[in-house]
Amino acid sequence: MTVDTRKRLGKSPLVLIEIVRDARVLFISGLIALNMLSINCAAATPSIDEMWQVIQQQQAEIKMLKSRLVETESKTEATAEAIDLVAESTASGGSLLGGNTVIGGYGEMHYNNLENQADGSDKSAMDFHRFVLFFGHQFTDSVRFFSELEVEHSIAGDGKVGEVELEQAFIEWDYSPEQKLTAGLFLLPVGILNETHEPETFYGVERNNVEKNIVPATWWEGGASLSGEITQGWSYNVAVTTGLFLKGGKYKVRDGRQKVGKANAEDLAYTGRIKYTGSAGLELGLTFQYQSDLLQSMTVSGADDVDATLIEAHAAYQSGPFMFRALYATWDIDDDINLIKAGADEQTGWYLEPSYRFSPEWGVFARYERWDNTAGAGTNSEMTQFDIGFNYWLTERVAIKMDYQDQDAPNGSKEEDGFNLGIGWSF
Amino acid sequence: MKKVLVAGILLLITCLVSAKGAYMTSSEFLEKAFGSEAPKIQAIWIKEELKKVVHKITLGSLKKLRVKYWVKDDRTAWILEEVGKELPITIGVVIENDEIVNLEILTFRESRGGEVRYPSFTNQFSSLRLEKDHSLNKHIDGVTGATLSVRAVKKVARLALYLHSRTPAAS
Repeated sequence: MTVDTRKRLGKSPLVLIEIVRDARVLFISGLIALNMLSINCAAATPSIDEMWQVIQQQQAEIKMLKSRLVETESKTEATAEAIDLVAESTASGGSLLGGNTVIGGYGEMHYNNLENQADGSDKSAMDFHRFVLFFGHQFTDSVRFFSELEVEHSIAGDGKVGEVELEQAFIEWDYSPEQKLTAGLFLLPVGILNETHEPETFYGVERNNVEKNIVPATWWEGGASLSGEITQGWSYNVAVTTGLFLKGGKYKVRDGRQKVGKANAEDLAYTGRIKYTGSAGLELGLTFQYQSDLLQSMTVSGADDVDATLIEAHAAYQSGPFMFRALYATWDIDDDINLIKAGADEQTGWYLEPSYRFSPEWGVFARYERWDNTAGAGTNSEMTQFDIGFNYWLTERVAIKMDYQDQDAPNGSKEEDGFNLGIGWSF
Repeated sequence: MKKVLVAGILLLITCLVSAKGAYMTSSEFLEKAFGSEAPKIQAIWIKEELKKVVHKITLGSLKKLRVKYWVKDDRTAWILEEVGKELPITIGVVIENDEIVNLEILTFRESRGGEVRYPSFTNQFSSLRLEKDHSLNKHIDGVTGATLSVRAVKKVARLALYLHSRTPAAS
């Protein structure tokens, strides 16, 4: 109420009329204001039609987002697949040219500190004994290629101590589900170490003398072989290959390895092996070999037609941490070889090797071995050696090895006692 | 001529005595694991928290971003590959209640070491579990001429058990 209105209340009916007029103005103004307010409120609330349109727009957006999500998942899947393919092609075992080609290898370095108990020099030497590379390729599901190229003693060449050798190079064909044909240069199926000799897989810095001198590992020839499963747990190998060749008055079987280097193939060798692995941890092997002529149709010191047979038998057993290996090998050679070296018609050896693996890292072993490359002479020509030592695996494929050896040799022969230290690995 | 004849006879004999294949296809393996009802296929991503353990088990040989597996209830099946000496071995592992129910060699490609296919070796993996340090809870007797293949199979067994423990099917 204004000052003027108050003053007029105490005045005449005209004043009352003015007052009423003011009130009417106020009332009408209020009505107008209220009406305008209601109009504004009505404009903020969407109609049902508008709400339906909004819902439809949102539905369309959801559909589009779902479609993009599916597309994104599909791209993620494809990207992951592509990355996995690349990963597989460069997986352990490696690849040079693609997923079907692999590279691997092994190596071992040795330190020998041996005292010669007979006349002659001691041996204190460090030697990178072997550096080997594998290359393999899978042509199809049933045809593959394996190879091993080796450098021995670090340096090869004229006047150098080492050698570069092709130790394996063959094609393998699975011509039926459990049968293979192998052709090329391959390791003979004989002994325990001849086919499996990655350094972290056996005890002792050096390979045992029986398999080295009598088997004679590592031994490879050129030819063809059939192998496969006879029945579960029983397998066989049969091979026709180049034979040994004892040139220049040599008589030890190890010296007859030609290594498929322009090898004389006048007189071949025939090898058969049967193996049992039907019980967990157990392997039993028996090899028989016939060499048609160790002199390859030549005459040396009046000796000729020197055929020979090899019989090798072994057992390897593992139960828990305990392992045991035993091997016996013997050559029966035509008597004519005695014209080259008396007693060489019989070359024989055997060894026993128990071991115990304390943990994934530590294992200890002992080995007793005897071998003789002139056992037919009936004289004291046999070598004996006792080894004791350990392996320490840094990882499952890298081992540090140490052993102590005690040799007994015939009079006049080198007799080396001392220790050996080595590191070996494969990948 | 005589030698060729002998070789031919040997080849014929080997064909006659050839055993039926011990290998298994992936479908056969999965059917053996789950029966006729098809399992769901899932993938486990090898994220950062898994990478360290996977690397420790496989020594870096598994480079995939994710590993597929099959699952029904609390049973999982894995088809994994690991190189023995030079070529990969394909191995199937079935796990339930956090232990291995079955392990099969599906494809063996190496020239040696195939003895790992035999039940006398693979049966050793039944009921095996993973220890806290991700080793197997029992010793596995190896095969003398198959050291590298044995190693590969053990690695796959450990990997499958570990990956299973990281899926919803784990106990």
